[in-house]
Amino acid sequence: MEHVVKSGAPVGERPRPAKNYLNETTGIWSWMTTLDHKRIGIMYLCGVLTAFFIGGMFALLVRLSLMTPKHMIFGKVIMDAEQYNRAFTLHGIVMVFLFIIPAIPGSLTNFVLPLMIGAKDVAFPRLNLASFYLWCLGLVMALSSIAMGPVDTGWTFYTPYSTTTSGAVPMAAMAAFVLGFSSIFTGLNFIATVHKLRAPGMGWFDMPLFVWGMYSTAVIQVLATPVIGITLVLMVLERVFGIGIFDARMGGDPVLFQHFFWFYSHPAVYIMILPGMAIISELMPTFSRKTIFGYRAIAYASVSLALVSFIVWGHHMFVAGQSQVANVVFSALTFLVAIPSGVKMFNWLTTMYKGNVSFETPMLYALSFMITFAIGGLTGIPLATLATDIHLTDTYFVVAHFHYVMMGGTVIAFLGGLHYWWPKMTGRMYSETWGRVSAVLVFVGFNLTFLTQFILGSRGMPRRYYNYLDQFQPLHMYSTFGSWILALGFFIMAAYLLASLRKPADAPDNPWGGTTMEWQTSSPPIAHNFDEQPVLEHEPYDYRPKVTA
Amino acid sequence: MSTTSIDLESHGGGHGHEVHDPHFQHHYSTMEQQFDTSKIGMWLFLATEILLFGGLFVGFGLMESRYPREFVEAHTYLQRSLGALNTVVLLVSSWTMVMAVHSARTNQRQKTVMFLAFTIVCAFIFLGVKYFEYSAKFEEGLLPAKYYWHKENSIPACPAGPANQTPTVPGCTHGYATFFAFYFMMTGLHGIHIVVGIGLLTWILLRAKKGEFSHAYYTPVDLVGLYWHIVDMIWIYLFPLYYLIS
Amino acid sequence: MSSHNEPTATHTAAPAGAHHEHDISHDAGLYLRTLIILLILTGITVGAAGIQFGSGAANVVIALTIATIKATLVALFFMHLAHDKPVNAIIAGGGFIFLGLFLLFTFLDVGTRVPLLPSNMPAMAQPTPTPTTLNPLLTPPPQPLAPAQPLVPAPAAAGGEGEHK
Repeated sequence: MEHVVKSGAPVGERPRPAKNYLNETTGIWSWMTTLDHKRIGIMYLCGVLTAFFIGGMFALLVRLSLMTPKHMIFGKVIMDAEQYNRAFTLHGIVMVFLFIIPAIPGSLTNFVLPLMIGAKDVAFPRLNLASFYLWCLGLVMALSSIAMGPVDTGWTFYTPYSTTTSGAVPMAAMAAFVLGFSSIFTGLNFIATVHKLRAPGMGWFDMPLFVWGMYSTAVIQVLATPVIGITLVLMVLERVFGIGIFDARMGGDPVLFQHFFWFYSHPAVYIMILPGMAIISELMPTFSRKTIFGYRAIAYASVSLALVSFIVWGHHMFVAGQSQVANVVFSALTFLVAIPSGVKMFNWLTTMYKGNVSFETPMLYALSFMITFAIGGLTGIPLATLATDIHLTDTYFVVAHFHYVMMGGTVIAFLGGLHYWWPKMTGRMYSETWGRVSAVLVFVGFNLTFLTQFILGSRGMPRRYYNYLDQFQPLHMYSTFGSWILALGFFIMAAYLLASLRKPADAPDNPWGGTTMEWQTSSPPIAHNFDEQPVLEHEPYDYRPKVTA
Repeated sequence: MSTTSIDLESHGGGHGHEVHDPHFQHHYSTMEQQFDTSKIGMWLFLATEILLFGGLFVGFGLMESRYPREFVEAHTYLQRSLGALNTVVLLVSSWTMVMAVHSARTNQRQKTVMFLAFTIVCAFIFLGVKYFEYSAKFEEGLLPAKYYWHKENSIPACPAGPANQTPTVPGCTHGYATFFAFYFMMTGLHGIHIVVGIGLLTWILLRAKKGEFSHAYYTPVDLVGLYWHIVDMIWIYLFPLYYLIS
Repeated sequence: MSSHNEPTATHTAAPAGAHHEHDISHDAGLYLRTLIILLILTGITVGAAGIQFGSGAANVVIALTIATIKATLVALFFMHLAHDKPVNAIIAGGGFIFLGLFLLFTFLDVGTRVPLLPSNMPAMAQPTPTPTTLNPLLTPPPQPLAPAQPLVPAPAAAGGEGEHK
């Protein structure tokens, strides 16, 4: 079946350029000092995929330990309780700060956004490179904290445990601080880029929705991240100087730490999901060959998600000792923040209706997203409801909810985007068959891993627990099996993606028939992106049949 | 919202002189676009500074509501006249800074260097006054957190030392120690920003001496100016909150 | 400090439709006037601190109001927001607005907390035995509620620290 759509240009009209951004200059020094957003995006991609692998290994370890209540396999104890605490803490720290927050902005957006708006680069290329190096520094610091001692506080660093436990907590906290600045600089860059570097003819409501989503993400990155910075500094200072702001023995308030922490970390989850949604907004019209339904609604929903996400953080603290007044207010606002997400889901669904839908690998991921993000979003509602949250909080229900939105949402969308823009970035097409196999394995494995956890949680299995009652074992076991299927899907993906790199770089400019500007240049693009400054001449996602003169 | 237009002619190899400016970055179309974008970038960075310090202000406000009597009393331990002097010094330095930007913009090289030098002098005066203030605090035991050993408080302060190793006294308060913890954290972080500012101002001064800035390109002076004004603005809020409440 | 110098003939070939450049020849006077007002406001706020305006909160409000006026003057004139493109002012304003939201909602919690006293505690349920089955139809319902018990045995006990838990 012909699933590769050739570029609109007749063969021979645009010769493949001899040099592209990959081979324009050679040598590792040219990569390490590059100012090209595309090269920086590729370096970020390698970095975040490495982080995903590390975080994933910790996850597999945790799931292996949880397979039986005795945490044993083949008669040997897998890890003791302290090692278990360290494992899930590091899984969280690596996945949250090193992978999911920087992944899409650093890799895919860095690569694609300037192309999509017809620009030659981002606004501040040197800042972009600095952002990447800060990420690398954060990686080194996080890994050294593992070597320095036990970090077993959970990725949330709650006080007073984090301010009194011995170990490498300050190093881990400062790693997160450095990664925060990497994130701030990336967001800063994108806001300035979107404001000032759009192509002629591209007004705000002519931009692709991917740009709207990334702009909204960038606003959160700039406004929220400094607060986690100061929070981590305060936590470290409390350890060193005994300030007494978070520790009750010194006259402080542990809930205050949670306010400070979640003021960033709730908007942070929107830093995670908005780029994923931005990718889905690209995949849906392309693979339905139909214009997006409700462009302005999706654009406004992106921005309002970013803004409203700042005033709901208390829903992480319903049982922490927050006042009843605050509980009610935060609960109500959390219901409000669900609405823009719902608007987007309905609009994507309606985009497919009566479209010419095809099922290439990126679309398989987009369809998986529709299912898994729906489950994740809907299961947030009982957590936002005070009466039910009392029973579900700090159980596996929460773990399942956030994995459904973060992994079923962001990671699945990230994989969709990765496969969508793979030919543009590398100039090669991967094996479509293996792509589909892997997508199915990921979907099945993911659901098997986490669907059972909703049941575990509602039946009372607490989160972050090393051992558990015997009656929970079957569900834990299925969950661990699911993690193996998931891992298999990822290993197959790594194999065929790497294998594709050994083929010659002969992908067409526009294999999917996309209408956005990045498809008007070669795959891979030339170093300065376009031969001539492109000018936008049509509406976004214009799939109307073209009248040939 | 109107389209931000990119001048197509100057892309093709500009007859406008801005594309020959040595500071022109080629992913932009005009110097004006580059300048406007740099300003947006700087303001975004300043917004992060507002939120970074803002977190400390929020923490201070909450601790003040927790220990109202101790905080009000601890305010009197600070030297209001020195705080006011520092406020005046920073306001004057803000004025010399904006005059430096103005001079650069109007091609007055000597004046640019002079005003930048005055700004640096003001910064050093500020740091000098802070040094006197800090030494006075150290002598009297008005130290942050677990190091606080000042004895003449209306309410007995809890003994200095780590919380888990120091025997507690019934009815003792941590309010004073917490006040001074915030005092040193906030003025300390502000002081670090002053030191970084001195570094930036010196760099700009050296470039100004070489005649690098003119009406066509004065962006670095403008951006360092914006940074300096935020440092001043933070002090504008620090001063009343710490020195003027009684 | 004269405002007349080489005429600003080196104006950039601004593209059509670009923002009309603010006339900078009067700026030096503007900056000096702003400085003088700032210094006067500083004097006022130091003076006002010596006067007791009723409740302590009033002093704080006055001091912070004057500080905000000073900050606004610095932002508008020293930082050129009055003459710049609006996007810069929106960014600056946005930073302050979100800081305000942080402050507001945190105080919403901290300011409305009710202390943990026995008189505030609702009636507590008796503990139920661990169910042997997870089937809700077979699990016995919880016992009826009993009246609240005081948390601390008698007021004569030593105070010390740790009202919570």
